[in-house]
Amino acid sequence: MSFWEKIYLPAVLNGMRITFSHFFRKKTTIRYPEKKREFSEIYRGRHVLKRDDEGRERCTACGLCAVACPAEAITMIADERRPGEENLYREEKYASVYEINMLRCIFCGLCEEACPKEAIFLTKRIIPADYEREGFIFGKDKLLEPLDADKRIDVSKRETTAVLKFKKDKTKKHNL
Amino acid sequence: MDTFIIYKTILASSILILSLLVAMYSTLIERKVAGFLQDRLGPDRAGPWGLFQPLADGIKLFFKEEFMPNTADKFLYILGPSLTMLIALLTSAAIPWGSDLVINGKSYPLQVADINIGILYIFAIVSIGVYGIMIGGWASNNKYSLLGAIRASSQMISYELAMSLSIISVVMMTGSLSLKDIVGQQHGFNWNIWYQPAAFIIFLVCAFAECNRSPFDLPECETELVGGYHTEYSSMKLGFYLFAEYINMFISAAVMSTLFFGGYNFPFMDKLAVSPNTMALIGFFVLFAKITFLGFVFMWVRWTLPRFRYDQLMRLGWRALIPLAILNILITGIVILVK
Repeated sequence: MSFWEKIYLPAVLNGMRITFSHFFRKKTTIRYPEKKREFSEIYRGRHVLKRDDEGRERCTACGLCAVACPAEAITMIADERRPGEENLYREEKYASVYEINMLRCIFCGLCEEACPKEAIFLTKRIIPADYEREGFIFGKDKLLEPLDADKRIDVSKRETTAVLKFKKDKTKKHNL
Repeated sequence: MDTFIIYKTILASSILILSLLVAMYSTLIERKVAGFLQDRLGPDRAGPWGLFQPLADGIKLFFKEEFMPNTADKFLYILGPSLTMLIALLTSAAIPWGSDLVINGKSYPLQVADINIGILYIFAIVSIGVYGIMIGGWASNNKYSLLGAIRASSQMISYELAMSLSIISVVMMTGSLSLKDIVGQQHGFNWNIWYQPAAFIIFLVCAFAECNRSPFDLPECETELVGGYHTEYSSMKLGFYLFAEYINMFISAAVMSTLFFGGYNFPFMDKLAVSPNTMALIGFFVLFAKITFLGFVFMWVRWTLPRFRYDQLMRLGWRALIPLAILNILITGIVILVK
């Protein structure tokens, strides 16, 4: 070590200069409850089960999402639509139980890709913390979007025309 | 005579309260400074800008469980933190906090005790400080505490030497051990730091070591010794140790401003045509500003430098600072002789 290195002081002063330059720098802290971090428009968070324009559930309980799910987080029980329930379910078959275990889910979005009925989408919302494991198993009560038109969940950002076109393209094997 | 005693009591208790308040808020300022130096905000939830944070911390410490190890020596275990706190508070008595107040033609000095050996008193009290740590570490009956206490005592003894030696050159220039005389000689902008920069740097480094502050915080080095000498302490006993550290910091900043930065003196003070009382008040605030700045330096250094290794610490103390301080005395002596 040279003389100046041995007496430490220049290095110490340089270090202090560097830390002081950070003193007036813009702080990276986001004050959480008041201010939330901006999410990407196509963020993959909590799922939603969409209804169609008339408020009927789109899901037909085909089970493709459960098959596609790499984490095996989705369970469903299918049921037949009874007469008089046409205003509730779009197809003759529907899911009477539809559960996603949010602790297993890896938010990959494969369920959304697999869905032929445009029923399941991932949204910008996040899964809140809970004290019980049971609280993370989201049933239809939490997944299904509300009926009221103004409370509908907007998924237009993820529902791009390119994706819709691809999904409805009958020349593709998966849409046959 | 009665008014004199009453005045001294009021002064002593206000200085006591002042040191406690400053120590309380130093904890907040420390965390704020740490945050700002690391591009964070620091605590800002308790009250505006986190101003009630020290209060919340204090209340928390009071309500924590008072834990005492089975094998601890009960008497010494309690004596440790009490002694540390007591000694930390004692030093402020000899520091002149401002020029004299004049009330009804009588002058009242803003200094609790103008003893003619002020510096010696402060050094004597500071060196007793190590007993609090040593007793606490020993009484805990825990190897980490003991190691921390041993480190603290050897570190403090080593650095006290260099610290006292660095002051000798200042005392030689002044020709007095009284802090009041030392401050009086630094009238206006005639501060000691311009004449004794080397002594100041040695004193500053030693003050870091004496206060067990980073980069010399080996006695409580958490990566090696869990918590050092206060490993076994909890509740307000731990609070006392941590609190005493901040009081020590405040006092050493005060001593440094008194010895090297002219205490309550400030440039162009003669040009201000104000009454002696206003002058004393301005002087007090000037001294406080200097203390605040030096306190900031303490924190600034802590959040910049990593911890020294123990052998590096000892080498710096014995082989660099002490010879340097002696050399400084020699040069000062020669200059005084020649002049």
